[in-house]
Amino acid sequence: MELIVDGQRHEVDVEEDMPLLWVLRDELGIKGVKYGCGVAACGACTVHINGEAVRSCQTWVSDVDGPVTTIQGLGQPGALHAVQEAWVELQVAQCGYCQSGQVMQAAALLEQTPMPSDAEIDQAMSGNLCRCGTYPRIRAAVKLAAQKAQGA
Amino acid sequence: MGKVGKIARRSFLIGSAAVLGGVAFGVYRVKTPYGNPLEDGLSEGAATFNPWVVIDGDKITLIGPHGDKGQGVAHSQSLLIAEEMDLELGQFETSFGKPDKAYWNTAMAEEGVPFMATDTGMVAESMRGVMGGVMKLIGLQGTGGSTSMPDSFDKLRRAGAIARETLKAAAAEETGINTTALRTEAGHVILPDGRRLSYQSLAKAAAGIDPVTKVTLRRPDQWRLIGKPTQRLDIVAKSTGTQIYGIDVEIPGAVKAAVRTNPRQGGGLNGFDATQARRMRGVKDVVEVTGGIAVIADNTWRAIKAAEAVECDWGKAPYPSEQDGHWAAIEASFTEDKLDKIWRNEGDADAALRSGAEVEAEYRVPYVAHAPLEPLNATVLVEEDGVTVWTGHQFPRLLQQLVGAITGHDAEQVNFINHYMGGSFGHRLEFEHVKQAAEIASKMRGTPVKLTYSREEDFAHDFPRHPGMARARGAVRDGKVEALDLQVAMPSVITSQMGRAGLPVPGPDSQIAAGAWNNPYGLPHFRMRAYRVEELAPVSSWRSVGASAGGFFFDCALDELIHAAGADPMEERIRLMQHEVSRKVLEAVAEMSDWGSPLGAGKGRGVAFVESFGVPTAEVIEVSATDAGIRIDKVWVAAEVGTVIDPVNFENLVQGGVVFGLGHAINCEITYADGMAEQRNYDSFEGMRLYQCPEIEVRGLENGDAVRGIGEPPVPPAAPALANAIFAATGQRIRELPLYHHINFV
Repeated sequence: MELIVDGQRHEVDVEEDMPLLWVLRDELGIKGVKYGCGVAACGACTVHINGEAVRSCQTWVSDVDGPVTTIQGLGQPGALHAVQEAWVELQVAQCGYCQSGQVMQAAALLEQTPMPSDAEIDQAMSGNLCRCGTYPRIRAAVKLAAQKAQGA
Repeated sequence: MGKVGKIARRSFLIGSAAVLGGVAFGVYRVKTPYGNPLEDGLSEGAATFNPWVVIDGDKITLIGPHGDKGQGVAHSQSLLIAEEMDLELGQFETSFGKPDKAYWNTAMAEEGVPFMATDTGMVAESMRGVMGGVMKLIGLQGTGGSTSMPDSFDKLRRAGAIARETLKAAAAEETGINTTALRTEAGHVILPDGRRLSYQSLAKAAAGIDPVTKVTLRRPDQWRLIGKPTQRLDIVAKSTGTQIYGIDVEIPGAVKAAVRTNPRQGGGLNGFDATQARRMRGVKDVVEVTGGIAVIADNTWRAIKAAEAVECDWGKAPYPSEQDGHWAAIEASFTEDKLDKIWRNEGDADAALRSGAEVEAEYRVPYVAHAPLEPLNATVLVEEDGVTVWTGHQFPRLLQQLVGAITGHDAEQVNFINHYMGGSFGHRLEFEHVKQAAEIASKMRGTPVKLTYSREEDFAHDFPRHPGMARARGAVRDGKVEALDLQVAMPSVITSQMGRAGLPVPGPDSQIAAGAWNNPYGLPHFRMRAYRVEELAPVSSWRSVGASAGGFFFDCALDELIHAAGADPMEERIRLMQHEVSRKVLEAVAEMSDWGSPLGAGKGRGVAFVESFGVPTAEVIEVSATDAGIRIDKVWVAAEVGTVIDPVNFENLVQGGVVFGLGHAINCEITYADGMAEQRNYDSFEGMRLYQCPEIEVRGLENGDAVRGIGEPPVPPAAPALANAIFAATGQRIRELPLYHHINFV
């Protein structure tokens, strides 16, 4: 199977039903994508496929029908995406383990809804669990990222 | 005298990582009689000033021996050193260091002592000293009990000051200029003519001189970093997916493993059939481990899937198989023979309640899981002359001992490389997963084995927070609270947890009473009795431990009494408060929340105060009763920590603690059926989601003498403040967690 991940083409020889998450982590070594629950209940594994936020733990690799963007393709230290800039500026993370998924979910939200309302933020972000409880900062960072993207 | 690096180079440990190197000054010997672990494997020309500071080549490394579970302690530990050493953020690297006796946690020993944190009397102080001595003997390095800042505050600032003064002395020797004419700034010693000598350039000279033992710590008004907003050192990595956690460790040649052990915890394995699993793609082997099986494969998902395909015949649970049986055991424990300790007995509660009680109530809190988002994992390589372990853990030295006992090595031969942790909440105080990885790796020496728990396995084998019950009888008189007789019954978490680590702890368990006895109120009649329930399901410390239950019991009972007296919940708490610093906490939260101002229809306010880990913490919660259920509108928190070291992180941690407390109070429980935990993933154990999260306003108070940690104290007041607010809004008094059993939330 062929996959395009963060702009790179990869050939993988795996089962059709292997979740994209484990192809990314164990076959391609992309560790920024996190395993949290395996049942699409926590959002830590969120990536973009064709620009849409999806839970890679519940996506068969054979169902991937477009380029995949992971947190590591969204931006890097030194070349941050607007959402990552906001995450850094407001110091959202505690343990940080969920934040890859939070950032990817927020980036997809802002792509579709550049200035989301509180209700739209609640709606889009509530599938991403943060056990440390950084939600007040996540809310504020989504709004800050929206402003940054508008200004850019 | 310092030791030159090359002499110690021979003592390199197998696979030793990250930070090694330097020259020892021995300065710290007076306070740290264990020597400096950084002396091992020094490179030439490098200097180590004490166990916390190394200068090697062009790199300055600060060692923060406390594990970072997300509480930001890698950052805040380095702030303390950098403050005194005159380093700027960005001029140094950080490391968790190697496990060592030198990193013993004095503050952790203190918290185990059964005196109220507000009691600084002579007996309490001398007892703390004794416990600290015991801790020193066993060299216990640990992270927990919100002790990292109390343990580090003086020690690490002193470590930084010693390094600074020694570097100045080296510069004086090099230049012939008196040290009094030298100053330090941003990683340099500054000469009177403005020339700047970098610390790195002075390291070799510093290694050769007598250490400077007499140092003066900076006054708070001189601080550049402490108490100021700074950018967490890990924040960019954690915003870009580049932070490496234990689960991300990839050692070349490693195999992937998954385990399944008896979900009836401790029930054992009668037999198994791995025929199907062995045929699955990528599976290399299926082996037996204590209590279950392990699959070794070439990919984590394949290993987990194959482990699920093994047919296992599990033994019976060594505790009641159904949840009702757990509650029955707790209910039956309010008896003389189960009395663990009478913790408070002021006035005469029996006499005060002889003519009847205005409040008679029973409260319950359930088992709850830790469920940090990073599932448990460990990578272990066993070789002939040593073992290497890669994971994130809170007890490095106990880990070495337990792993060495499995692999047949001395503890010192176990090289443990600590990692940032994707949360813990107490989960990573436990060793089962590390022991299992060591068992597997022992069977395949020379091959690194990476064990990853599935989320389901993680839930099934969590040791949850102990459940408990309380019975309260109380009386009021002339509009005031007069008497409270509070009985609490729980299994002993300390017995269960320390038993697994092979450390028996004698005496009453303070965590049965925590949060329920150590309130600095002065009720005319107050008795608090703790009852020890037989060991049920194995349990473990859960963020704020006993106080998470005891705070709910005591504060809800007090709130009922205040309402029965017809008094104001805030005013009466303030009136009853005997501890000046704690009274200020209540007054602060009253002012922040504008307590007493009119509220709209269907709204209510609740307040709760709990002291835990030496931090008096008060929370006010405002709720609205809507047609769809309770909405939490806003939370205000005031907490007394002596000194706020990192204000940004402080606010984040307090908000997170409130979310943790509220999320579990509303939504979460672990229940047992057929001897197994019924909740196996986040769909049935959600905690709090973003849509439920209220606005949370935080204030740190600095009126106390001692520096305290804020990781746990915001948790205990959250549940009672919410229950009290729901009563104020609806008239419904809920005495049992989780609250969703009794009322809906929006």
